[in-house]
Amino acid sequence: MTAALRLKLENIVKEYPGCRANDGIDLTVEAGEIHALLGENGAGKSTLMKVIYGVVQPDEGRMLWNGHEVRVENPAQARSMGIGMVFQHFSLFETLTVAENIALSLPPEEARDRGALDQRIREVSERYGMALDPRRYVSTLSVGERQRVEIVRCLIQETTLLILDEPTSVLTPQEVTALFSTLRQLAKEGCSILFISHKLEEVRSLCHNATVLRQGRVSGDCQPAELSAAEIARMMVGDDTPISTQVSTAEPGDVLLDVRNLNWKSNDPFGTSLDQVNLNLREGEIVGIAGVAGNGQDELLKALSGEIRADSGSMRFADTDLGSLAPDQRRKLGVAIVPEERLGRGAVPEMSLADNALLTASGQGLVERGMIRFGKVREFSREVIRRFGVRCTGENSAAGSLSGGNLQKYIIGREALQNPRLLVASHPTWGVDVGSAVAIHEALVRLRDEGAAIVLISEDLDELYQLCNRLGALCDGRLSPLAPTAELSIEQLGQWMAGEFESGEVGHAAA
Amino acid sequence: MLLLEKRPVDSTLMRWASPVLALVLTVITGFVLFLAMGKDPVDGLKFFFITPISDLIGLAELGLKMAPLLLCAAGLTVCYRAKLWNIGAEGHFLIGALGASVMAVQLVDHSGFWVLPVVLLAGVLGAMVWAAIAAGLKTHLHCNEILTTIMLNYIALNLLLYVVHGPLKDPYGFGFPQSVMFSDSALLPALIPGTRLHLGLAFGLLAAVAVWVLFARSFIGFQLNVVGQDHRAAAFAGFGARRLTWFAFLIAGATAGLAGASEVTGPIGQLVPQVSPGYGYTAIIVVFLGRMHAVGIVAASALLALTFIGGEMLQIAMNMPKAVTGLFQGLLLFYLLTCDAFIHYRVRLKPSAHQSTKAAVTAAHGEA
Repeated sequence: MTAALRLKLENIVKEYPGCRANDGIDLTVEAGEIHALLGENGAGKSTLMKVIYGVVQPDEGRMLWNGHEVRVENPAQARSMGIGMVFQHFSLFETLTVAENIALSLPPEEARDRGALDQRIREVSERYGMALDPRRYVSTLSVGERQRVEIVRCLIQETTLLILDEPTSVLTPQEVTALFSTLRQLAKEGCSILFISHKLEEVRSLCHNATVLRQGRVSGDCQPAELSAAEIARMMVGDDTPISTQVSTAEPGDVLLDVRNLNWKSNDPFGTSLDQVNLNLREGEIVGIAGVAGNGQDELLKALSGEIRADSGSMRFADTDLGSLAPDQRRKLGVAIVPEERLGRGAVPEMSLADNALLTASGQGLVERGMIRFGKVREFSREVIRRFGVRCTGENSAAGSLSGGNLQKYIIGREALQNPRLLVASHPTWGVDVGSAVAIHEALVRLRDEGAAIVLISEDLDELYQLCNRLGALCDGRLSPLAPTAELSIEQLGQWMAGEFESGEVGHAAA
Repeated sequence: MLLLEKRPVDSTLMRWASPVLALVLTVITGFVLFLAMGKDPVDGLKFFFITPISDLIGLAELGLKMAPLLLCAAGLTVCYRAKLWNIGAEGHFLIGALGASVMAVQLVDHSGFWVLPVVLLAGVLGAMVWAAIAAGLKTHLHCNEILTTIMLNYIALNLLLYVVHGPLKDPYGFGFPQSVMFSDSALLPALIPGTRLHLGLAFGLLAAVAVWVLFARSFIGFQLNVVGQDHRAAAFAGFGARRLTWFAFLIAGATAGLAGASEVTGPIGQLVPQVSPGYGYTAIIVVFLGRMHAVGIVAASALLALTFIGGEMLQIAMNMPKAVTGLFQGLLLFYLLTCDAFIHYRVRLKPSAHQSTKAAVTAAHGEA
């Protein structure tokens, strides 16, 4: 491509206390180019974005914008230069309309004429195939529609570089396809796009060029379409990390968990209620629950763990009625839970790993007549660290001092070593480095082979297809039927994620 | 320019240095205050901190004041570890004194080894019921425990005043608001003969040991710690917050109630309106100064006991007002909270204003 240089970064360095987040990064984006920024969590992608968008200032290095050296002091300046950014977590007011949200980010003179603004919103959204009604309240919009609001907001300000941070993690496969065609059209018209992701197949299909980051440095530039996903993954993680798990087939046994017509009403007006959830699970199988975040995943996990009590419906576990039992009683029966939030729920950050073992494993002979047996606690903790390859200075390390992947290995290990009969894991590999993710997948498969039943709640469809015997999706608190993975197309699953299924009927169909 | 910046990890050194630093700053401020009032500061500090404990009688008096502080602080430690901000030790204490007095007056004609335990138990149970009110309001009606316990303190005080002016008033007491003197069987034995020091101090030290065992060894202590540090993790683990709230409040009621009961059956020997010089409130300072740790609260209760008798000594020796006790306690708490900020934060020099102006100029050029 011979197009003009839109953005050029030279030797960007940004240091935080105890961590060099960006260590001499060079990056070039041409006009009309869709450029991927790849890397694992902690590789420095977010920091680099913040530097470009003016959220933080680099310690060293130069930034050239359309050939001129600039220093971006704050996001407002970035926007006035033509840089727009869509964050992973949207910054929209739910109680305002689409037009009002967009008006808030415009200069006062442009925001004043609401009629003209509505007109512009309609024009822009229609032109790029992102239907939006400017008068609708954001609280009534789906996640995909909210993302459109964010993108339209950038386009209205005549953005020439659009930064998207993990834009597809909140979308169904169909919505991803629609987004990509919008992005391609934008690029054709000369807008540059910086696309941050760790989903390699998407990057291969969409992006012209890619820059791969590892530990704050550029580990390679490539044209993603010409490489395989495995080759790109290798650039992301380095040579010494396994990048995928071989999953053997499973032979499920008897039904262990049978949830019927589970209902739970949320007190929070923006919360999700569970609506007629049916779920059955056999020993030795992994059932995956897909879905876009915020569609009842956390509520389902809490209903299974006992943190919330269902209003109606039944929950049988082997021969016991689980519904009336408290979390610690369920744990005694062999129900293990790995919650989505590692710190602040799965583990207490300030406490040592040993103390965090006591959090859920007290029933493993670690407490006798009300007194803690510290020798046993340390032994158990060391066993988890050893068996699951947790990198830390020892069982006295504070949980908060571990990296996400290592802490997650510890939490999974803590539950796995208690020989659970049922494990419910929510987003177990979210934000985890590839090596740890493989170790976590292996641990789940091993548990399954030992006869445990596993519910895997995840947004990562690759993970679900790789590990699960059966799959379903949650949408707005309703659970789709569960179908054998081999027979379920990704299109079908995508429709389920968007809520296109008859609820509460077919959950028991699978044999 | 100075900048307060969050430390990457909390400073362990500062956690233990902070109380010492606070004490030093309190002494320095006291020195300045004495000077400003035209008193000899060296004499003043000597009368406040040293003279009161320079003989056996003085040390016994220190132990006498330590006992209720330590008992109240032990119970509050259990609450505060779980971040239950029970301010009600004063109320628990008063009801403990009241309950024990009612029983002691009922049993004034009896004698025997059983009288004292029954009297103490009446105080303890009364105070536990009082603490249970705040616990129930919190767990069932979600009332903030800080407000309810403070209000219950005032109610307890007025209840005590009513009883001592009314039903329990000694009919032969020349109209003074006080009960009859209790029988000898209802009085705590002295620990050191010839002094006023009684068994209450032993109760206090036992309570401190119990707190140590609770938090260093027991599972319920661990659960209280988890609830305090991270209530979501506690809910996830199934550590019932309600159950633990009740446990902590009942323990606090029991220990403060025992302190109140020990006060009326110990040095006073009858119920009087001014049974507490604010032990329940001072115990809050003890807990924070003692870092919510058993050993720490023993040391801190000794120090704060000294402020009570040191204040009395200054009234006698240097003709200073009674408020001097409260002044020193307040200074200590103020400096402690200030110094505690440096556990989580550190001071750093901010780059000078000159540099940031330069940066802004560069940016303006860039935009142009």
